[in-house]
Amino acid sequence: MIDVILPAPLLRLSGAQNPVRLALQGPATQRALLAALEQRYPSLLGTMRDRHSGQRRAYVRFYACNQDISDQPPDAPLPPAVSAGHEPFIVLGALSGG
Amino acid sequence: MQGVRVLVGTRKGAFIIHADGNRRQWRIDGPLFGGWEIYHLAGSPADPQRLYASQASDWFGQVIQRSDDGGATWAAVGNDFSYQGEVGQHQWYDGSLRPWTFKRIWHLEPAADDPDTVYAGAEDAALFVSRDGGHSWCELPGLRQHGTGRDWMPGAGGMCLHTILLNPARPGRITVAISAAGSFRSDDHGETWKPINRGLHSEQLPEPGAEVGHCVHRLAAHPSQPDTLFMQKHWDVMRSDDGGDSWVEVSGNLPSDFGFPIAVHPHEPQTIYVVPIKSDSEHYPPEGKLRVYRSRSGGRDWEPLSHGLPQQHCYVNVLRDAMAVDQCDPGGIYFGTTGGQVYASNDGGDSWQTIAAHLPAVLSVEVQTLN
Repeated sequence: MIDVILPAPLLRLSGAQNPVRLALQGPATQRALLAALEQRYPSLLGTMRDRHSGQRRAYVRFYACNQDISDQPPDAPLPPAVSAGHEPFIVLGALSGG
Repeated sequence: MQGVRVLVGTRKGAFIIHADGNRRQWRIDGPLFGGWEIYHLAGSPADPQRLYASQASDWFGQVIQRSDDGGATWAAVGNDFSYQGEVGQHQWYDGSLRPWTFKRIWHLEPAADDPDTVYAGAEDAALFVSRDGGHSWCELPGLRQHGTGRDWMPGAGGMCLHTILLNPARPGRITVAISAAGSFRSDDHGETWKPINRGLHSEQLPEPGAEVGHCVHRLAAHPSQPDTLFMQKHWDVMRSDDGGDSWVEVSGNLPSDFGFPIAVHPHEPQTIYVVPIKSDSEHYPPEGKLRVYRSRSGGRDWEPLSHGLPQQHCYVNVLRDAMAVDQCDPGGIYFGTTGGQVYASNDGGDSWQTIAAHLPAVLSVEVQTLN
């Protein structure tokens, strides 16, 4: 199981509660994780990445194991500690004022 | 008359303000969708319990919310606003070309006869329609592709389609306005379009009378005279009596003809309202006095309405979608400000009361009259 931490605006939008626990089929990648998250909470479609191209929204960041992994290739393996459920995959809004 | 429901969209959430038909005591509910920009909320004329809201943020993109119980509960519906066919390019501020890119929905216009049909005006400018209550959206691409789209460019607020008028007397006639492209009309349910900007004069353009490129801020029409259109342009208040085929200026004795909203009295088709703003760079009322101006003759002759409005040190703006009317008798007028105030008049503008004083900056105001 993988734990995902969502920011407050997406919790309110989706009705999810932190941590969201996901079991992925196949390799644990950023793409697979986001697809599983969107499948469970369809209201999140389009809020973290473009629903067609898959490109991450500019002001959305992904952190794990104290690293910014936002720009990792979407099909790269997630950090082992995340895949093993020891560390969460964190989704957050970038610091950009407002 | 049982009452009114004022739907207020702000920079940081939505609010619903309630009153009975006397419109003297008000109750504020909210914030809904706290922290998100709510560009617009709209109720269905066919089912007043059906509401739609455009919820957006720079972080998390566009969400459309729908309520089937008058705003008590909401659910996110579809948010896939994909341009149809060739995406194409439009002018950018520096004269370069940029591909159309979806940013947000500025305005929602539910159909008069079907609560599941709703039109949506987008930035970058395009018109979408949903016929299943917002679950799916389809662009009407004839507008963007009719031939002048390459010459459109963003206004200061973005290249937004902000006004959608559905003509009640001519099924299939849709009129829209885009900043900064101008006004456009379809007579076949949005399949084909033509610019309707003859008579507009914009000195900011190299050709002031150009076919497109005008920064139209808002259009309004009375349902009983839908071919008479009123326009608040970047500068100039304009009027058309032929559905937009030609326009004449009716700014008359306004202290400034710059502004954003324009509205028509609910029962008097020739009585119109604007809120003059000092200039294109000074987006606040002249002399620091917040005054609505009313013309009972469809323009040219204007009178200031200030009773109950701040008359000193007032430097707020009233945005294009932030003025609305109810259907009560006497007719009510409402507007919201960038300072977070919402004002209401229950006597056609003769006097005003503050019905909300400290909201986030108001982006839009709509009013439902509940029987």
